[in-house]
Amino acid sequence: MQIQPILAALKHHKLATFLIAMEIALACAVLCNAVFLIAGRLSAMHINSGVDEASLGAIVVTGFDPKRTADLNARMLAGLGAIPGVESVHAISSVPFGPQWGVDGMTLDQAGKKFGAVVEFYLGDPGTPKALGLKLVAGHLPSADDYQPSQGQDYFPASSRVLVTRALAEKLWPGENPLGKQFWAAKWQFRVIGVVANLSVSQYTENGEHGAEWCVFVPTQAGGQLAGTYLIRARPQDLDRVMVRARAAVAKIAPDVVLDYANSHSIPFLRARFFQTDRAMAGLLVGVIVAMLGVTAFGIVGLASFWVAQRRKQIGIRRALGATRGDILRYFQTENFLIVTFGIALGVVLAIGINLVLMKFFEVPRLPLWYLPVGAVALWLLGQLAVLVPALRAAAVPPVVATRSV
Amino acid sequence: MFTYYLNLALRSFKRNRVLTALMVLALGLGIGASITTLTVLKLLSGDPLPQKSARIFAPEIDPLTADSTTPADRLFRNWGNLMTYTDAMNLLHARKGKRQAVMALTPDKITPQEAGQHPFFSDGVITTSDFFGMFDASFQYGSGWSAQDDDDRARVAVIAGFLNDKLFGGANSVGKALRIGDQDYRIVGVLKPWAPQPRFYAVNLGGRGYGNGDAVFLPLQTAVADKVNTQNVNCFDTGVDINHLETAPCVWVALWVELASASDASAYKSFLSNYVAQQISLGRMHHPEVALPDLMAFLAQQQVVPDDARLQANLAFGFLLICIVNTVGLLLAKCLRRSREIGVRRALGATRGAIFAQFMVESGMVGIAGGVLGLVFAELGLWAIRHQPAEYAKLAHLDVSMFVATFVIALIASLIAGLLPAWRACVVAPAPQLKSV
Repeated sequence: MQIQPILAALKHHKLATFLIAMEIALACAVLCNAVFLIAGRLSAMHINSGVDEASLGAIVVTGFDPKRTADLNARMLAGLGAIPGVESVHAISSVPFGPQWGVDGMTLDQAGKKFGAVVEFYLGDPGTPKALGLKLVAGHLPSADDYQPSQGQDYFPASSRVLVTRALAEKLWPGENPLGKQFWAAKWQFRVIGVVANLSVSQYTENGEHGAEWCVFVPTQAGGQLAGTYLIRARPQDLDRVMVRARAAVAKIAPDVVLDYANSHSIPFLRARFFQTDRAMAGLLVGVIVAMLGVTAFGIVGLASFWVAQRRKQIGIRRALGATRGDILRYFQTENFLIVTFGIALGVVLAIGINLVLMKFFEVPRLPLWYLPVGAVALWLLGQLAVLVPALRAAAVPPVVATRSV
Repeated sequence: MFTYYLNLALRSFKRNRVLTALMVLALGLGIGASITTLTVLKLLSGDPLPQKSARIFAPEIDPLTADSTTPADRLFRNWGNLMTYTDAMNLLHARKGKRQAVMALTPDKITPQEAGQHPFFSDGVITTSDFFGMFDASFQYGSGWSAQDDDDRARVAVIAGFLNDKLFGGANSVGKALRIGDQDYRIVGVLKPWAPQPRFYAVNLGGRGYGNGDAVFLPLQTAVADKVNTQNVNCFDTGVDINHLETAPCVWVALWVELASASDASAYKSFLSNYVAQQISLGRMHHPEVALPDLMAFLAQQQVVPDDARLQANLAFGFLLICIVNTVGLLLAKCLRRSREIGVRRALGATRGAIFAQFMVESGMVGIAGGVLGLVFAELGLWAIRHQPAEYAKLAHLDVSMFVATFVIALIASLIAGLLPAWRACVVAPAPQLKSV
C-alpha cells in the first residue's frame, strides 16, 4: 500500500483530519487515565484481610456501663454461643471492615524516641487467632497464660506477648528475625512471639502513612476495654442465618444495651459495604469510557461515510483503472490508521499531562508508561472497527460510476 | 428570516436523519454527564447559611508544644477551629463577638420512657446557648437554653423535630423528661427541621459532612460534668488524663463566632492575636499564628467537597469536550456536502452573513435538541446517584438554576461546535459550485 497518495489526499481535508485526530487524542488521554483510576480502585478492593471471611461475623453493642463489662461479656458470650449453628464466640476489639478500635504510634525503644510505625491493635480473648483463621508463619500462637486481663480503663495489659503480621515485621525489622523483638506504645510493652501471614487493618485508606497490614494481635482476657464487640464463627452456609438470629438475640440477652445494627453483620457484608463507593466510582468510570469510545467511533463512522460519499466518482475511476475491491478497502483502512496514529501521538502527550494535573490536585499516583501502548492499540482497533462499514461501502462502488456524470 | 432558517435546518435534518441523531445523542450524553456532576458539585460546595455566612467566623489558634515543628497553616488545615477546652472557654467568656458558641459531637444513648421500647443512639451536639441563634436554628416549640443554664450546668435539652415525632408523636414535649445516658434531661425546646448542608460545624469534629441534622442538643458544661463521651479527641502532649478532658492538652471542642458585620473581622483577629500573645507570656502557648476564615473559607480550608465528586466533574467536562469535537466534525461533514446548495443560495443573492446565520441556526437547533436529551440523561444520572451509598446521595435533585444551565451549556456548546462549519460554509465561492461537477 502506498502511503504517499493517501497523505496527499488528506492534505485536501486538513480540517476534518485534524478533528478526527483531536477526538482520538482526547479519547486516548481520557481512556488511559480513566482505566488507571479504575485499576487503582479495583486493587484497593482486593485487600487481603487474612481472616476466614466467609465464616465470620461481628455483633457490636454499645451503651453499657464500662465498669460492669465482665457481666456483659459473660451474658453475651453464653447467649450468642447458644444460638444453633454458632461454632464459637469470642470477645474481640474490632474486626476487619468493622469500626476501628485502636490505632496508635509505636516506638522501638522504651524512651519513645525511636519511632516505629502507626499500627492497629486487635485485642482478643483466648482462642481468637484460631477462630479468625490467622495463618502462623513463624513462632507460636499465644498460650493460655499469655492472655492477661487489662486493668480497669487501661487499653492493654502492662506487658504483652503478641502476634504481628509479616508485613509489619518486615517494616520494623527488615531482614531480621522478628521473634523476641520488643516495642512500646506509650507505657505499654509488647514482645513478639509469633508472626502471621496476613491481617488487614479494619478501615484501610490510602491517606496517611499507614500500611494496609500493619497489625498487632494482643492476647487479652475479656473484660475491661475488651467488651461490646463479639466475633461469631459459623459454617459459611449457616452464617447469614446465624447473624439474623444473633442480632435478634441481643435484645433478650442484654435488654439494657443498644445493638449497633449498622456494624453487626457478617464480614463479607461489611467488606462489600466498605468498598461500595469504590465500586460505584469504578462503575461510573467504566460507563464514561464506554460512552466516550462509542461517541468517538460514531464520529469516525460519520466522517468516513461522508468522505466515501464525496469520493464515489474517484473510487469509480480507480476501480475502472484496475484497482480491486481490496485496494479500495485497504485505502480507507490505511487512511484511518494514519489519522488515528497522528491522534495517538497527540493523545500520549495529553494523557501524561492530565495525569500530572491529577497528581497535583488529587491523590493519584503516576501513570505507568505501559498504559500508553495498550491505550494506543485499543484506539487503533476502535478506528479500524469504526471505518470498516464505510470502507466496505466504498469497496462496493462499481467501476461504472466513473462513466456517469455526477 | 429566522423562521426560514429554521425551516431550512429542519429540511437538512430530515435529509441526514442518522447523522443528526448521532450529533444530538453525543451532545446529549456529554451535557447529561456534565449537568449531573455539576449538580452534585453545587450541592456539595453550597453555602449552609446563605443569609449570614459572611459574618460567621472560625477562630483558629495553634496550641502545640514548644518543640512542635508542624507549620501553623498545615495544623489549621487538619484541625480548623478545634481548641482545648480551656482556650475555647476563655474566648467564649470574653464575648468579643455578637454571638459565640463552643461545641463538640457526641453519640447519645436515649432510653424511651415507654415499656417495651429499646434504647437507641442518636447524633448529639453539646454546645453553648448562642448555638441556635447564631446558626439560625428556629424552634417549633419552646426555645433554647440561657447562658445562665450553661453556667448552672442545668440538665436541659433541645431535641430535633424528627426525634420529637419518634418519641412524643409530634406533640409539644417542652417540660417533659428525656433519659440520655444515665441522666434525665428536661426538654426546653423542639427544633423545626434544621440540617445545613454541608454540616459545616461537624466536619472537623468527627461527624459526617452531609446528611441528616442532629437529634439532641445539650449544654456543653453540663455534659462535661456528666462525663459524656465526645468524638474526635486529638491530644498533642504527654500526660493526658482522659477522664479530665477539660484540663488535658487535647483539642476536642470547636469555637464559632458571629460578628455584627464582616468588617469587624480584623478587630476580632487582633483580639485573637492578643489573647494568644498573652497565653504565650503565661507560658501556656508557644506559637503566635492565628487565622480567622469566614464560613465559606473554612469549608474550602477543610476540603469538605469529596475528591471523587471533583474528579467526576472533571471527567464529565472532558467527555463533553470530546462530544463537542465530535459534533464539529459531523457538522463540518454535513456542511461540506452541501457546497452546491450554498453556491446556489449565494448566486441568488444571499450574503455571507446570511449563510453564516443559517448554519448557526442549524447548529443551535442541534444544541437545543441535545439539551432536551441531556436533561433526560441528567435526570437518569441523578436518579443513579440517589441510589449510590454516599451520604449526600439523597440530596441530589435538579433545581431551576441547573435546569436553565443545561440549555445554556447546550446552546453554547453547539454554537461553538457550529462556528467552524458555518465559517467554512460562508467562504464557499459560488461559481465553481454552479458548474456541473
